[in-house]
Order: sequence, then structure tokens, then C-alpha cells
Amino acid sequence: MAHGSGGKAMAQLIDELFLQAFSNPWLEQMNDQACFTLPPGRVVMATDSHVISPLFFPGGDIGSLSVHGTVNDVAMSGAVPKYLSAGFILEEGFPLADLQRIVQSMARAAEEAGVAIVTGDTKVVERGKGDGCFINTTGIGVLVEQLNLSGNRVQPGDKIILSGTLGDHGVAIMSLREGLTFETTIASDSQSLHDLVAAMVAEVPEINCMRDPTRGGLAATLNEIAQSSHVGVTIYEATIPVKPQVSAACEFLGLDPLYVANEGKLVAFCPADKAEQLLAVMRKHSKGQEAAIIGEVTADPLKFVQMETVFGGRRMVDWISAEQLPRIC
Amino acid sequence: MMSSSVNTFLIKVSGLVQGVGFRPFIWRLARAMRLNGIVFNDSEGVTIYLNADEATVERFAQRLGDELPPLARIDRTSTQTVAFVSYDTFEIASSQQGEVSTGCAPDAATCSECRNELFDSSDRRYRYPFINCTNCGPRLSIIRQIPYDREFTTMVAFQQCSECTAEYNDPADRRFHAQPNACKTCGPQVWLEDKLGNRIAAKDAFICLNEAIRAGRIVAIKGLGGFHLACDATNPASVTALRIGKHRPDKAFALMVRDIGVLSRYAQVNTRVSELITGNSAPVVLLDPQPACDRPIADNIAPGQYQLGFMLPYTPVHHLLLEHIDVPLVMTSGNRSGSPQAISNDDAREQLADIADLFLFHDRPIQNRVDDSVVRDIAGRMHYLRRARGYAPASLPLPPGFAKAPDLVALGGELKNTLCLLQSGRAIITQHLGDLEDARTYDQYQATLDLYRNLYQFESDLFVCDLHPEYLSGKFGEQLAGQGKTLLKVQHHHAHLASCLGENAYPIDGKPVLGICLDGTGFGLDETLWGGEFLFGNYQQIRRLAHLQPFPLVGGVKAITEPWRCLYAQLKQALPLEDLQPYQALFPQLASPVCLTFDRMIEKGLSTPMTSSAGRLFDAVAAALGCHADAISYEGQAAIELESLAHQGDPRTPPYVFSITDNLIDPAPFWQALLEDLRLGQRTKADMALAFHKGFSDVLVDMVNQLRTQEDFTTIVLSGGVMQNAILFNALLASLEAQGFDVLTHQQLPANDAGLSFGQALIGAARVLSA
Ligand SMILES: [Fe+3]
Ligand SMILES: [Mg+2]
Ligand SMILES: [Zn+2]
Ligand SMILES: [Zn+2]
Repeated sequence: MAHGSGGKAMAQLIDELFLQAFSNPWLEQMNDQACFTLPPGRVVMATDSHVISPLFFPGGDIGSLSVHGTVNDVAMSGAVPKYLSAGFILEEGFPLADLQRIVQSMARAAEEAGVAIVTGDTKVVERGKGDGCFINTTGIGVLVEQLNLSGNRVQPGDKIILSGTLGDHGVAIMSLREGLTFETTIASDSQSLHDLVAAMVAEVPEINCMRDPTRGGLAATLNEIAQSSHVGVTIYEATIPVKPQVSAACEFLGLDPLYVANEGKLVAFCPADKAEQLLAVMRKHSKGQEAAIIGEVTADPLKFVQMETVFGGRRMVDWISAEQLPRIC
Repeated sequence: MMSSSVNTFLIKVSGLVQGVGFRPFIWRLARAMRLNGIVFNDSEGVTIYLNADEATVERFAQRLGDELPPLARIDRTSTQTVAFVSYDTFEIASSQQGEVSTGCAPDAATCSECRNELFDSSDRRYRYPFINCTNCGPRLSIIRQIPYDREFTTMVAFQQCSECTAEYNDPADRRFHAQPNACKTCGPQVWLEDKLGNRIAAKDAFICLNEAIRAGRIVAIKGLGGFHLACDATNPASVTALRIGKHRPDKAFALMVRDIGVLSRYAQVNTRVSELITGNSAPVVLLDPQPACDRPIADNIAPGQYQLGFMLPYTPVHHLLLEHIDVPLVMTSGNRSGSPQAISNDDAREQLADIADLFLFHDRPIQNRVDDSVVRDIAGRMHYLRRARGYAPASLPLPPGFAKAPDLVALGGELKNTLCLLQSGRAIITQHLGDLEDARTYDQYQATLDLYRNLYQFESDLFVCDLHPEYLSGKFGEQLAGQGKTLLKVQHHHAHLASCLGENAYPIDGKPVLGICLDGTGFGLDETLWGGEFLFGNYQQIRRLAHLQPFPLVGGVKAITEPWRCLYAQLKQALPLEDLQPYQALFPQLASPVCLTFDRMIEKGLSTPMTSSAGRLFDAVAAALGCHADAISYEGQAAIELESLAHQGDPRTPPYVFSITDNLIDPAPFWQALLEDLRLGQRTKADMALAFHKGFSDVLVDMVNQLRTQEDFTTIVLSGGVMQNAILFNALLASLEAQGFDVLTHQQLPANDAGLSFGQALIGAARVLSA
């Protein structure tokens, strides 16, 4: 990968690579923009820049992650994701073979998610001014009129449903990045949740809110919701699914899975009388087989997030600003 | 001769003089001396006007001091003559304008007069479990808001009968304005339930409880500031059942014995301790057990500890419970592991149903949770390990120079939290609240702040918190700052130091002192975790002159709950890897493949915060000597058991040697010697533990002497949780005093994090005063 005038040639090469991998009518028109008509409904849009080290990891790579991340952000509104844009920032000297792998992985992820990557851009920056490869994606989706999901709609009494195990992505990335080996390899859970969401809203349109607990983990997501909906949250430790190997790695590293990032899980807040019905739909879906009701929303002016421990104690689950620094004196 | 010299005298008394029966006491005293005048509360305490001659006033003042009501404490009195006013009688006036709220007094143990009435079959309160008077009984535990009047306490539900009302209104009566005054006819009642919530009909609930306890059962008792779980402490099977039920495998249980006679059969009691334990605060006191007694206390009461915590009955309920029991009872907080003790009947039914067989309930609600206080006598100095019932919310006077300190609230630490309000030249420290990560405790923390703001009519919007970015108290402070309040932040060990300075009345403009803060882990000015510090400074500022060699906490908080991680990090730092090889057989953990991951984490700085903590060094040594290397089940366990091990060591055993390089204490030579001793197996582990304590004390003193050549100080402050280690504390204190230093130690507040709020408050005030 070269920069400057040679870089121009490279960028062209890359455009061809994209054209081939993402092949769709919009790209093939070779315009600087994509023009399309959306089905009826409200338009939902989200953007996310993806920066991750290492670029390739068990369960995915930066390419698939950049599709999953934005598709999920769109889908959490209840919308059907339709189109993506992709912007690449590549560091001079980045191996073409790696780029090919990434692009192909993006293409597969997009196909699986039912979205078309309809426009894109590439910049090559000087060596040392980037970290190999950064990808920004922006997504557009369509939301039918009767759905109304939002972080400020959560009500006391709502049940909280988690779609699967916590911490897989964060632990997988960390162990690979830091060269830690555990008895079994832990794979990232990176996946798009559009189809799970579609099944959920089709069955229970009354869902009040959905979020994907990415950076900061479930703890950050629950605190965000508590703040924006002015409610409290109680979760039950015994009900929270965590893979044994993830749990063991967290124990080892002194991390709490509640604070570890996920890339293929969602948490839904829905009226209590619909919770069992929703749970059943989720469990029938391949991406929600381990779904569980993990807690409920409470009326609490202090907006506390608390966890009932396996011994019946109650623990504060607050925001954590940086690393999990010990508080014990 | 008389009439000519009769004047009007104005006597002002300040201290703990409101809400403790002080005005009726003055009334009775004046009447007894046939003096006329008036007494009332005002903003500074109590004011008395008296018609008398000079000599009589002197006698009055003398008797005032000598016959003080048990709960009162006088800090200052002043007497002067004023323009003559003639009084026809002596009266108690209602409280004056501008009266500062004195909040309420601490809960007090049943006084001897009430105890005598309790067991006097001719008394109308014979065997009434809620007997009390002005000199004893509940206060903080029942108050909802000020003023401390019956209607604002949980006694509001109980309308006094005519006899009780008469007592309540008679200044000559011991029950004059005793807010919880009650009797069998009009007051609270007890009843028994089984674990399913069925009431048990019993002629005498206490006989029933005694039978259950003798049969080895566990009973739940609603006490003063919370529920207790009780069982026969000489029955190991009962104690085991209690441990299983509470999910509390090792942490010591407190004991209650009927009286000082029974106590002296089980523990070694000196006069200091006996005064303390029979006094109106009636704390749990840690004592050396008697070597032999006929019904020995079960071994599993306090595994791995050489002292046991004892208290005496402090409510009529306890007196009735223990009347016919002459062995110690376990009397531990009524909760499941990790939760604070239950205070409501419903919470107890829910939390304790799987633990207790029989419940003693009553219908006087507990408004505020107040735990038992815990005290340890080390070398004649009282060390408060937990300050709650009987002490809070008694205020502390501020040191010289703080008279104009601004009103403020210090938010305390994370564990063993207390709050401190600075107001009108005094510090009001809340009862021990506990660990804020526990949600019920955090709820109580918020409620306590509201309660105290109300009790003291506290207005200020100035707050002080710890520097640690993750403390819940600090995050709460940030929230307040977001609402426009002013927030100051104070370094953890600076607060420890200032807390000790403050309780020793060290003046605000005193020379800088050397603080030796030995602690767990607190957030340092350089953003690493401190805990083995030599700080030079005063209330305003500190400089870190020296400290322990920092080492990584492998896995952050996990290194605190799994002490062998500290051992691994210490050894790795002390010895080159190849030198460690011969000792690997000593520690099976060191050969484990996880150590390779540890190495990697340390190398990458992943989840391995650096700390100079003394507490963690003690953990590492404990792990090396086989005390709970793999995991601890309660905070501080490894270090506590290490002290017990050292206690069995031969006093003549020579100390280990540490080295000092560039104001850093390096434990490497100690580790090399310890490993060699372990390998040879010729020295007992107890001797090794003791040699560590002695050597560590020696190197601290060496460091002090080195620092003396660099800075000018004569006063040394000892603070931080590690100072609760009696062996280290004694050795350090003795050496430093022998060298002529003026050594300040904690004798009123805990050396641990419960003392932080007071230190934070003083530092915050000093900053404002010097700005
Ligand atoms: Fe501390
Ligand atoms: Mg996102
Ligand atoms: Zn009394
Ligand atoms: Zn009565």
C-alpha cells in the first residue's frame, strides 16, 4: 500500500477490489453517490467508526465487525437495515492480502445481514499515522410506523431480557491482543442481530427499548437506560448467562463480565406481561437460544442499577470510568 | 452577710449537654441546694442563671461536675456575674431562639437503676423488655427527624399511659422527657415466631429462647440497632450451622456474656477494659481468652485469631435473654453474608428464615441501623475498629485553629464508610455504615446523609471526597458537583494522616509532621495505588517522602482476594527467576502454568495496577506462611491470621532484614531469608511471622531516621488500617517513643477507612481557611 501519487493508483486498485466484493447495482454505476428508493416507513440512520487491535480474531475481523456494529445500531430501533456506506483509512504499507481478507469478510457479513454496501471511500495515510486499517460505516434502515423503541421509554415493571452470554467479544480480543492463552479459545460473538430483532418486533411490537451492550458492557448500557428513562434497574446474578471459559478468564484477569464488551448481543426492555412471549420467540431463534430474563426495571428516583447476588446480597452496579481499579482499601 | 452577697450568676456549659437529661439534672441540683434561677438550651449548649453567693456558686459548679448525668460530657464552663435579676423559683425554660440543633445522643446501654428495676418483682416494670430512662435507652436508632421528641421517633405509635405520662412530665423523675419511656401497659411488646412466621404462644418468650439455645438452635433477636443471630458459643455444631446459614466460613463472631463475672471466666479483663465494657457505650471488646475454662468456647468462633470479641447485655431484652445463661452466646449481626443486618421484622423474616429456628420480634421499629461498636486495647491505647452504637453521633471538638472552619460534609471512603459533618466548630461523625458497593448500605448512606442534615439543621453545599475515580462516595460527590455544589478532593492517605492529627488536637498551624500511613490500597497523587507511605506535611498539604517498593496487583481486585497473587508478584520482584527455582516446591502455585499468564499480564501492564501497599505485603507474607494463600473469605483475613501466627512466635526470635534504597523500602532481602528458612524448615512459621513483624517495624524506624536527616520533624503520626495490627503497632510505637518522637495515634476514631471522613473534613476546611 503506497501513499501520495502512488497511493492514487492503489486507491483505484482498492476501489476495484470493493466493486468486485460488494458487487451491487449502485456501486456498478460508479457514481460518487448512491441513489435509491426506500420502502414506506421512517428512516433510521447510524454511524460507527471501527478501530480494533488485533484486526483478525477468533470469530471475526474488523471487516465483519464494521458491518455488525452499524447493522446492530440500526436494528436496535426495531428497523430493518438496508444500506451501508464504508469509509476506509489505511496506513501506508498495509498488506493487500489482509485488505482482501477484510473486504471479503465485510461482503459476507453484509450479505448475511441483508444490506448492500452502496457507497464508499478510501484514504491512505502516511506510515505511522494510522494503525493499519480503520473502517467507518454508516447504515440506513426502515422502521414501520407502529414501532416506537427508545432509551427514554422504559417503564418501572418492565422485564429485562438478554439475548445470550456476556463478555465473549471483550475477552476474546483481550486474550489475543495480550498473548494470553486459556485452556480453550474464546471466540468473539460478533454477529448482526437484524433477523433476531425482526422476529422479536414481529411478535411483540410493545418492546420499549433495545440496546446492544458494546463498550462498557451490560453495566454501562443499564446505567444509560436508567438515566434516560429515570428508573432503577435490578438484575439477578444467577440468571445472567456467561460461558464458563469466559467466566474463568474474567476471574483470572480480575475483570467483571458485566463491564466487558459484546458485539452480538442485545438487551430488551419489555412490559412484564409480554416478557415470556418475547423470551420464547428469542429462544426459538438461532441467535437467541441462550436468552434469559435477567432482571426488571424499578421505580427509583436515584436511578440505581443493582444486582442481587447469588447469596441474596444486593450490589451496586455503577459506571466504571477506566480500568477496573480496585476499591478495596 | 448572705443577702448582701447574693448576685445573679450566668453559667454557660458546652459539650454533650442536650438531650441527655442535663436540664432536669440542673433543676434537681438547684432545688436540692435551694437556689432560684432558670436553665435553658441555647446555641452553645446550656445556659443557667442563678441567684446565689460566690461560695454557693462554686459548690454548685463543683457538684455539677461531680454528679453529671451518665450520658453528659462537659467540654467548657464559664461563670460570670450579670445585672441582678431576682428569681422566685427554679425553672426549666423552653428552648431559646437560635438554639442550634444538637441532633441526638448515641444509644446507651441499660443503666444500673433500670437494670435493678427490671429484676425487682415489686417494680411496675418488672421484666419489661423496654425499660429505659433519661440515662439509658435508644436514641439514634429510633429518631426520624429533629427535634428529638417522641412524636419524631418510632415511639410515636405508643401513647403513654397516665403513670408513664406523670413520670415524663416530672423534672424530679429519672424519666423526665425520656422519649422512649414506656411500660407493660402502654409500650412495645415482644413475641416469638417460628421460621414460617407462625406466632408461638409462650408464657415467657425468654424461657422459650433459652430452651432453644440450650438445645443447640439458632435464634434471631431483634435488638436495638438491628437483628442479631444468637446461639450457644460453647456448642461447635451450632456455630457451624450458623456459619453455613450465614455463608460466613471464617470471620469471627462476637460473643455476649451475662456479666463481668462470667466474662472474667472466659477472658482476661483489666480495669480499663472492664470500665469500657460495662460503660454506657458497651462496645464489643477484643480480649485474650482465658487459657482454661470448664465450658470452653468453640474453636470455630474465631478461626485463626488469638483474641475473641466480647460484649455485655446492653438492652433489657439482652438482660432477660441471658439471665439464666452462664456461658457466652454468639451474638452476630442478623444478615446473610454480604448484606447489612436486618432492621425490619419483614426483612428479618425474609433474610433469616433459612438460618434461625426461632425469632424474637418486637413492635418498636428500628429507624436507623446501628451496628455494634468494636474496640481493641493495644498497649493501653484504645483502638476503635468500628465506631457505631454507643458512640455515634457524639461529636468531636475541632483542633485549635479550626474555630472558623466552614460547614461542610465529608463523604468518606468506599469500605467501612462513615460521613462527617463539620458544623459550628465540631465534627459530627456518623455511625459506621459499611461497604458502599453493597446496595442496601448505599441506600442507607444516602438516607443517613439526609437524616444528619435534618438532625443538625445542616445547610452547607460544600462537600469533600476521596480522589479515587471509582469510589461510589466520590461518584456521588461528582453528581453533587454536577448540581452546582462545591466538591473538594482529598488524597486517601492524607485524609488518614489528618484524621489522626485532628483527634489529637494538633493545631492547624502546627509544624509539618511525618505520617506513616500503612494501609490497604488508596488512590495516590501519582495515580498508582498507595498504602505504605511516609508523608510529610500537615492539614494543608503533604509530600510523599518515602514508600514501599511498588509491585503489581496481578488481576487487580483478584490479587486482594487471592493473596498468593501478591506472593507471586513479590517473589518475582525480589528474586531473579532462576534463583526462585529451588523454592518452587514450597509453593505449588508457583509451578502452575497460570504464572506464565501472570508474567504476560505484568509485562503488558494488563489488569496489574502498581501498589506500594503495606497491607498487600502482609497478605503476601501470610500466603507464604500458609495463611489462606488461595483465597480469603473476608477482608483482611490473611493479614489478621498472620498476626495471630506471629503472636505464637518466640519473642527472642531475631528480626528479618529489609533494605532501603533511595527512600524506598525494599523487601527483597527479607524474601530471600524467608525462602531459605522455609526450605530448611528449622524455624517455626510462627517465628518467621514474628520475625517479619519485627523486621518490618525496624525498617520503618530506620526509614524515619533516614528521613530525619532530610526534613525537620519531631511528631510522627501512625495511621491506616495496618496500624490495627497489635504486634506491629506495639513494636513501632515503642521504638519511636524510645527515640524521643512525639507519636500520635488513633484513640477515638478507627485507624482504618472509617476515620477517613474526619480527615477529609479537616483538610477541606484547612484549604478553605487558607485560601
Ligand atoms: Fe485506607
Ligand atoms: Mg455501536
Ligand atoms: Zn435507665
Ligand atoms: Zn405506661
